[in-house]
Amino acid sequence: MSRIGPTFTALRAQNKKALVPFITAGDPGKGYTVPLMHALVEAGADIIELGVPFSDPMADGPVIQRASERALANKVGLKDVLAMVAEFRRHNDATPVVLMGYANPVEHMGYEKFAQAAKAAGVDGVLTVDIPPEESSGVADVFKAAGLDPIFLLSPTTPEARVEQVAAAAGGFIYYVSLKGVTGAANLDTGEVAQKLAMVRRHCALPVGVGFGIRDAATAEAVARIADAVVVGSRIVSEIEMAAENQCVERVKHVVAELRRGVDAATK
Amino acid sequence: MKLTDLPDSRGHFGPYGGIFVAETLMAALEELRVEYEKARQDPDFIAEFEYELKHYVGRPSPVYHAKRLSDAYGGAQIYLKREDLNHTGAHKINNTIGQALLARRMGKKRVIAETGAGQHGVASATVAARYGMECVVYMGAEDVARQAPNVFRMKLLGATVVPVASGSKTLKDALNEAMRDWVTNVESTFYILGTAAGPHPYPMLVRDFQCVIGRECIQQMPELTGRQPDAVVACVGGGSNAIGIFHPYIPYENVRLIGVEAGGAGVETGRHAAPLSAGTPGVLHGFRSYLMQDENGQIIETHSVSAGLDYPGVGPEHSWLKDAGRAEYVAINDDEALAAFGDLCRLEGILPALESSHAVAYAKKLAPTMGRDQSILVNLSGRGDKDINTVAKLSGITL
Repeated sequence: MSRIGPTFTALRAQNKKALVPFITAGDPGKGYTVPLMHALVEAGADIIELGVPFSDPMADGPVIQRASERALANKVGLKDVLAMVAEFRRHNDATPVVLMGYANPVEHMGYEKFAQAAKAAGVDGVLTVDIPPEESSGVADVFKAAGLDPIFLLSPTTPEARVEQVAAAAGGFIYYVSLKGVTGAANLDTGEVAQKLAMVRRHCALPVGVGFGIRDAATAEAVARIADAVVVGSRIVSEIEMAAENQCVERVKHVVAELRRGVDAATK
Repeated sequence: MKLTDLPDSRGHFGPYGGIFVAETLMAALEELRVEYEKARQDPDFIAEFEYELKHYVGRPSPVYHAKRLSDAYGGAQIYLKREDLNHTGAHKINNTIGQALLARRMGKKRVIAETGAGQHGVASATVAARYGMECVVYMGAEDVARQAPNVFRMKLLGATVVPVASGSKTLKDALNEAMRDWVTNVESTFYILGTAAGPHPYPMLVRDFQCVIGRECIQQMPELTGRQPDAVVACVGGGSNAIGIFHPYIPYENVRLIGVEAGGAGVETGRHAAPLSAGTPGVLHGFRSYLMQDENGQIIETHSVSAGLDYPGVGPEHSWLKDAGRAEYVAINDDEALAAFGDLCRLEGILPALESSHAVAYAKKLAPTMGRDQSILVNLSGRGDKDINTVAKLSGITL
């Protein structure tokens, strides 16, 4: 059973919204990922999104692409990422972990084998950016059977008729991409997002997370007012990129704490 | 099911192809699929496409009996399908005209493209000028350096060329960047994909636009030799010129179809671009196909003297034709391609693209194993003016 559903239930009971920070596994170095994950939780993360590095991250902007390149230079592959999650689980059995990445490393390992290994490592959900529901027949079922939530994206370009179809395949939560573009893009229009979320909720009972374009406490607060979860990636990854390696954990903690204050301000 | 009936409605060629993209692009691909479905059944669209091919591109391109080359190689007679004589110097224009007409139909005023050797970039810039559209071309920084004449041609045609410095700085990275542009500007922009790859419907529509090559050959070969060729040979990077000449020949079971990949320094060295010869299936750039990947499923860097073949994947229909046994795929190394390049220059007065030289090089191996009364049809997909700097440099000559 995944930890994601119960996490949202507990947050709702406390009238809180979820903060979901993203880091790329293996960035800036292999040894930093587990300490960074613990730091994220300490600073207020409810769910961790852990990026699986890929050589061709088509849906990502330059910030996360560079993180992927750094991780690959550190020779971090999918097996290493699973080992990192298992290591994290030795001291944290509560915080859900979602792997986010691209199809090919998973396909190369084999969906069944990956699902078993991910579950054993303590993974709760999997978002493969380039496997839409149309191509996921079998894949989503394999994940579900292993007790992993298949997380799917919705975007501003998703027509209403399709939302239902995506929601039917999805588990855990729906990840609404707040704007057209790659990760790290700017100019979030929360009014537009709010309208779209109302439509999404008509077709989908799962909690809805919103990501792309959230950079500070103010944008986190604005999104937390309309979504169940606030997903932040590039802002945190660029902090890791700019920090001296030995300071990256502290810097990330600082940023995530600020985002936490923003998310909590929305429900005060 | 017949091999020619593919892909299915969701773009699958057996286990290959499909639509593996982020959600933001799903609606755009569906819009394209629906619009193409209408266009291919619209007599006005077909008529305009054919008019442009005839009057703007200069089709049909001839098939030429390369007698001196055939004598030199010994054995089968070699015929060249002269796609190098098309406007802009390669087969790429067949596809860009088709896609530009689709873009216009869909009301898109901005087109983007990725390019390796620069041939598709030039062909895209050309049609953008022809139909009055804004054009942005993404090109790997390494390719920008080794294909300077084509970069300048694109600029002359009014296009903006964006060098891509990420990853291996070649075609695959240009494709990543073009996809990112498309995700960001999806409502205003038409992505002119340059090869029979990418998410559905691209592999199908690029193939359909390129099939004019094979259909002409089916007419032309009997006029020249009284029958169809014994073998059709074409180079395969993404595979659009090859699928264009292969696909109409699929029902002709006595015609061998042979795709020639870039063997680089040699397939055994690992420094090559031959996924069908030495890769395994996987998912990249929106589709499933044979790929060059490492033990972690990461895409590995490719190596080829020819920028246009320097790609770690291959169009899904080729993967399917390989598994189905209808087409064979082989690899030709850099030095073999360069030797064939020289042969064609000196023996026939034709300066071929380094990409197409791979196909000629395979004909050089194949011809002596066949009889003099047999024939090999080589798709000479492009001309080699763009490659003279590369060839000079490899020969130690400064121009």
